[in-house]
Amino acid sequence: MLDRLYDFFSSLKLTVALLALGLVLVFVGTVAQVNLGLYKAQNDFFRSFIVYWGPAWSSLRIPVFPGGYTIGWLLLMNLFAAHFRHYRPGQKKYGIILIHFGVVLLLVGQLLTDMFSTESLLHLRNGDTKNYSEASREFELAIVDTTAADSNQVVVISTHRLRKGGDIQHPALPFTVRVKTFFANSSLVQTATPGYQAVPTTTAFRTGLWWRELPHETEMEKRDMPSALVELHSAQGTVGTFLFSAFLTKPHAMTHAGRTYQLVVRQVRFYKPFSIHLVEFRHDRYPGTEIPKNFSSRVRLQRPDTGEDREVLIFMNNPLRYDGETYYQASFDTDDQGTVLQVVRNPSWLTPYFSCVLVGLGLIVQFTSHLVGFARKRSKV
Amino acid sequence: MKQFYRVLPWLLLALFAVEIIVVLLPRKAGEFHTAEFGRLPVLLNGRIQPFDSVARNSLLQIRSTGDVPLEEVPGWKFWKHPPKLRSTEWLLEVMFRPAVADTRPIFLVHHPELISELRLTEMGVEKSGLRYYTFTELRPVMAEVAAQGRTARAAPDATRTTYQKQVLKLANALMLYQRLKNSIQPEGTTDFSALVKEFSDSLPAGLAAIRARRAGGTGDEAALDRFNAVAERLDLVATYAYPLVIPPVDPTQKDAWQNVGASVLSAIRDGDVPPAVAYFARMGTAYGAGHAAGFNQAIADYQQWLKSSFTSELAKGRAEYFYNRIKVFLHATIIYIAAFLLAGAALLTIGLSAPLSESLRRSAYYLIGLAFVVHTFGLVFRMMLEGRPPVTNLYSSAIFIGWGTCVLGLILERIYRIGLGSAVAGLVGFVTLLIAHNLALGGDTMEMLRAVLDTNFWLATHVVVITLGYAATFVAGALALAYVTLGVFTPVLARPAGQTTLGRVLAQMVYAIICFAMLFSFVGTVLGGIWADQSWGRFWGWDPKENGALMIVIWNALILHARLGGLVRERGLMNLAIFGNVVTAFSWFGTNMLGIGLHSYGFMDAAFRWLMLFNASQIFIIALGSLPLPAWRSFRALAPTGR
Repeated sequence: MLDRLYDFFSSLKLTVALLALGLVLVFVGTVAQVNLGLYKAQNDFFRSFIVYWGPAWSSLRIPVFPGGYTIGWLLLMNLFAAHFRHYRPGQKKYGIILIHFGVVLLLVGQLLTDMFSTESLLHLRNGDTKNYSEASREFELAIVDTTAADSNQVVVISTHRLRKGGDIQHPALPFTVRVKTFFANSSLVQTATPGYQAVPTTTAFRTGLWWRELPHETEMEKRDMPSALVELHSAQGTVGTFLFSAFLTKPHAMTHAGRTYQLVVRQVRFYKPFSIHLVEFRHDRYPGTEIPKNFSSRVRLQRPDTGEDREVLIFMNNPLRYDGETYYQASFDTDDQGTVLQVVRNPSWLTPYFSCVLVGLGLIVQFTSHLVGFARKRSKV
Repeated sequence: MKQFYRVLPWLLLALFAVEIIVVLLPRKAGEFHTAEFGRLPVLLNGRIQPFDSVARNSLLQIRSTGDVPLEEVPGWKFWKHPPKLRSTEWLLEVMFRPAVADTRPIFLVHHPELISELRLTEMGVEKSGLRYYTFTELRPVMAEVAAQGRTARAAPDATRTTYQKQVLKLANALMLYQRLKNSIQPEGTTDFSALVKEFSDSLPAGLAAIRARRAGGTGDEAALDRFNAVAERLDLVATYAYPLVIPPVDPTQKDAWQNVGASVLSAIRDGDVPPAVAYFARMGTAYGAGHAAGFNQAIADYQQWLKSSFTSELAKGRAEYFYNRIKVFLHATIIYIAAFLLAGAALLTIGLSAPLSESLRRSAYYLIGLAFVVHTFGLVFRMMLEGRPPVTNLYSSAIFIGWGTCVLGLILERIYRIGLGSAVAGLVGFVTLLIAHNLALGGDTMEMLRAVLDTNFWLATHVVVITLGYAATFVAGALALAYVTLGVFTPVLARPAGQTTLGRVLAQMVYAIICFAMLFSFVGTVLGGIWADQSWGRFWGWDPKENGALMIVIWNALILHARLGGLVRERGLMNLAIFGNVVTAFSWFGTNMLGIGLHSYGFMDAAFRWLMLFNASQIFIIALGSLPLPAWRSFRALAPTGR
């Protein structure tokens, strides 16, 4: 039984079958993008173990095809099993080994990227300076102590923690945060609307709002907008029940125990030990046309702890790599006065480079040995 | 006879080579030096190009041809060359003799519903089922076309009907034609020099009147009216002119070209009309009045003036004019098809007469060699004009795939000497150049590259390598097509070739090419990912074009593993290789037709029909290739032994 399983997993038939399945999956996943959009098609077909299908009129979901993860893992197992089975000491198959090692490196590198890379955005108007980038999809509840004149003390609570509910305490906070209701995705309206409930806030701040919970958003261009009903209370009793929401971007300012605070739900921030200042964003067009010739951001990078202070030009195909992060020219404001840089932290970004060299070399070694053998045969003839 | 067989390849080579040389020879100038006008540099689509390119690309968009035939000859009389208006001559007419230009049948309308809707059934010139109309014929329905065009434009791309697309195309063609008409002088002007002089003369008094008015007083009404009358006419040119023909007044501001109207009107601000305007005014007036000497002199004077600070622009105009004139890829296409026919004949006559077959094979081989020279010349010339690596858009990818195939075919022919390399190079070269020709109908093929593509390093590495991968996969597929058709319908595959049979040799060739395709498509795909990582911070985004490339890699890997595992033999390998054509065609064209993703260059539904037709033909041949051995003429003899 075990032998048969081993035979199955190490067979070239399985390789061919998996490659064929992979081809079909990639094709269907590509065509599906027309209707589903890139993001959803990617999640349904490539970043999944099983592809489901259900008739449009029902919520039935029938597993119909192996997803990208299944095919990828099986191919990896197949590859290792086959190498193990067919390996003979002294046999000169360097080419094949190089090729497959490169492919494994590529797949593993992409898996690591999926798991460990983080992406955030840095939006700067001309003249702005920031020392943080922001996640485009995730939010956090920030409680900012603004008492000190020259610096702020920030406590943030992730949506992940808010979802758990209950009481949240932090040494820097003189009050406890009690999560009464949390909606990971929500909708807010200002008038009574069917399907919505009045938000039971107890303070004058943000009264008269109605809300409802929404399902998790899967479309590429949309994101979850969380809202939370939070009660703050200290040893003296309750401070009040507040509504915080991704829709309400103006912080709630309050004074408590002689200190001033600002509370707001904002996009998750990634603070950096340096600051970036936008000197100038440029969007040049070819003369007499609207075709963009280049987008570029001239930024000034300042790092107090090392005294580093320099100007960098970031443009398409020329990102800034700094401190384990890469800053790409991603987008810009419609008035051409501001830039959006994509900030990527991807520890395995170099794996494709190595993999490309390994596989390329392996293929050349392998085919040259074929060619040499072939030429010898011909010359003998 | 033997003598003849030996000379034939050289004779054919000489014949085609002489044709090319004749094309390269300079042409004698006519009474009007229209060619010199065609060489003058202008700025359009963000790049310096000669008037001739403006004319040619406009005509391609309006009429789908580069010239205007003056009489229609039935398509089958291909030896008849009717007199024709060359692109630049046509443009000169449009700009300076619009009344004549309006009577040329240039507007291609071929949607029957649209023709009857616009009540055009009785009009126009018909050729090979296509109908061409003159501007005069279309003038009464212009408002209607424009209105329908607006509706069609408002509809989203994907939902437009064929009818709407045709209306939109016609509306755009009419708009473009009218812009061309007003590109140098306002339509209906007989003496543009006088108009410019009138403008200069009326300017001071007119300006004084305007200033007086602004100050609250009453200016000289008559002077103001006189100035406004001429300024309005020039404003028409400023608004509608198509190319920017007046070089920058400050030669260091390389991009600040202006159209004639804006340039003349700039005198309101600067006080002086830029000198280049006067030359164009002289050319226009002389051409309109039929004064050849005056026209030629004005061009010569303008060229002399340009030499002071616009020598590189002048050179660019000349070079691109030459490139347009010699139509190098057209000649390559003709040589490819001739070579393909000769190579095919060589394969079919192996059994008939070996010396004849060898002579034909050699002829095909030499012609592919010539085609390689011509094709390479065109490719390199284009690269120099653009200052770019060979592939920058879909059009140039077709040219480059043809070139890659030609190289591979030559190598195969050099090694195996059985005519198949030439046949494949001829066929794929012909088809890809035909595809390129059709892609060129969309207009300028040397358009500027959007910011993200503006990197010669990645264009030279990723794009070139991946395109070679496409080419190699197509070559393997084409060889497999040859295997199946020759095997099923002829006994050729069973013929000995060296120690083995032709069939075996073919299988070796296909395998070798697939290895090559694997290398190029894999490295090309990963390089593409690395480029994406450099510009967007993600190696792989499942974008359609990326997926298309991945599919080629997967398919080639599948073929190699299936062969290694003994799952397929010779015929199976061939069928898989033919399906490689389908996969590659999807990657090359199909992914663009989805109209999504970063690589989509526009939805093409005419091309979609062709793609489906191509896929169907490939599936049909795979079905042929799946026939049992006794159905194969080449293997009938072997069948009973149960091979």
